[in-house]
Amino acid sequence: MDLSLLRRRSEFEWWIEPRGKMRVPGLLFASEPLVRAMDHKVFEQVTNVATLPGIRTASMAMPDAHWGYGFAVGGVAAFDPDEGVVSAGGVGFDISCGVRCLRTRLSRPDVEARKKDLADTLFRAIPAGVGSRGRIRLSGEEMDRMLRGGARWAVERGWGERGDLERVEEGGAMRDARPEAVSDRAKARMRDEVGTLGSGNHYLEVQEVAEVHDAAAAEAFGLRVGDVVVSIHCGSRGLGHQIGTEALREMLDAGRRHGIDLPDRELACAPVRSKEGEHYLGAMRAAINVALANRQVLTHLTREVFSSVLPESDLTLLYDVSHNTCKVETHELDGKLREVYVHRKGATRAWGPGHPGLPDRLRPVGQPVLIGGTMGTSSWVLAGTERGMKASFGSACHGAGRGMSRHQALKQWNGKQVVADLEARGILVRSPSLRGVAEEAPGAYKDVTEVVLATEQAGLARRVAKLLPIVTIKG
Amino acid sequence: MRGRGATLAEAFANAGRALTAVVTEPDSVREVLSVEIACQAPDPEALLFDWLNALVFEMATRRVLFARYEVKVEGSSLAARAFGEPVEVGRHQPAVEVKGATWTGLRVAREGRRWAAECVVDV
Repeated sequence: MDLSLLRRRSEFEWWIEPRGKMRVPGLLFASEPLVRAMDHKVFEQVTNVATLPGIRTASMAMPDAHWGYGFAVGGVAAFDPDEGVVSAGGVGFDISCGVRCLRTRLSRPDVEARKKDLADTLFRAIPAGVGSRGRIRLSGEEMDRMLRGGARWAVERGWGERGDLERVEEGGAMRDARPEAVSDRAKARMRDEVGTLGSGNHYLEVQEVAEVHDAAAAEAFGLRVGDVVVSIHCGSRGLGHQIGTEALREMLDAGRRHGIDLPDRELACAPVRSKEGEHYLGAMRAAINVALANRQVLTHLTREVFSSVLPESDLTLLYDVSHNTCKVETHELDGKLREVYVHRKGATRAWGPGHPGLPDRLRPVGQPVLIGGTMGTSSWVLAGTERGMKASFGSACHGAGRGMSRHQALKQWNGKQVVADLEARGILVRSPSLRGVAEEAPGAYKDVTEVVLATEQAGLARRVAKLLPIVTIKG
Repeated sequence: MRGRGATLAEAFANAGRALTAVVTEPDSVREVLSVEIACQAPDPEALLFDWLNALVFEMATRRVLFARYEVKVEGSSLAARAFGEPVEVGRHQPAVEVKGATWTGLRVAREGRRWAAECVVDV
């Protein structure tokens, strides 16, 4: 990105001054090298989002922002309930895609001795990749119960423990989900996909806590150097994708009908207070519940594997975050508490210390913010901050972001070689597709640590622990 | 993804083949079944959006991959038959599911004597 287009407000904050139809400024949080490396399209997309009706404070981009459709991936925008809009492009196709992290009560040597067995058993138990099916078949009323109940539904059906729920955003069930707003086609895509990992950048990873950067927060999170954890990255599967697809189409017409002047049809949106806006919100919330249920069922399958391979383990949930959502939250605007519709697309909610929505044990230190890396580098656990609550509507980055296309990666790497190279470094990869492994090669991604450092330096979240991969199940 | 062709219908068929190429090597897919698809849209670009999303839906719910398409476009309507087979993970090595087509980079246009149909798909 051309830095001359921006005004540097502090070392890690870059403004785009309002011009033309922009209603608010643009605001990028990033280090200078990260801003320089950002595509010019991010500038255009942040600028375009700033023109939407009812947007408040600023159109924001996190340090890992990259070109998306409509909104940039890494985009955050909050809208007024009465004057504002809701946009499917501001949430993304994989609604409520996110990361959940489980502690195991194991340390690296416990796992090292059984690593191969663990990798092979996980690979057999976790449905992963294109065309895979889950164990559960859902139809009619049971599908609707899942769409309303999310992880809570899964726990009630025996796929999890009660104690898991307070460690999931929304207590495991997103309110005001409307199964009747979810099309039959979306439900058809979900019939046998509950409890599947998906493909692409989704994974289940056994990881080691390699570094602790904030001792007090790490203690509250139950993380020590050498501990083994499991991270699961996936979303709302076919149902979420179908809702996203249908909403992009429907909102284009809705925007026209409501007289919204769009700089680009990619920004298709509808007023929050409109039939179309409410329809999307009801369906999107149901998709959030699908993602929460899906990660809960995968947790159950993971527990089954650990109890058979490493019976001394005990898997407890650290936290479950979603990074593609639109949620109604209360934030301070111009000195007053106001309700806003916060869109986070490739951005993680990062509530600061003292937030009433956090469980007792976590409230003093802030929300765990789980940042996924690649199968060869690292992932991170951060904690939300006071400053982030004020500066970015309590939002932080979500991951490394691709540095090159899948096509380029496939030319550069061979899947078999990637698996062998990682095994030589002590990381076991299991995937149904070697082509998929090549496209997901660690070198195809940007440096997640640089993103995390910029997030911390901008004050949006602080580093708690660095995680290194031991076993990776890729979709 | 980009599809090119002597006619609009051929460009759409080739865009379908490009969709398969995102997932696997199209030549590895055999023709053992066929699925009929019909779409209607107000303009050629929305028709491409709907056509690709119809393919994504069929691929996901039937767990199939398509090798070839016979496409007819008349005005605002598309009627097609897609030929392919169920996903076989070992042989196809499918890399990624396509989540859907988007409005990004969506373009249907004449380029000299040929047609181009293109858009960004989300994976």
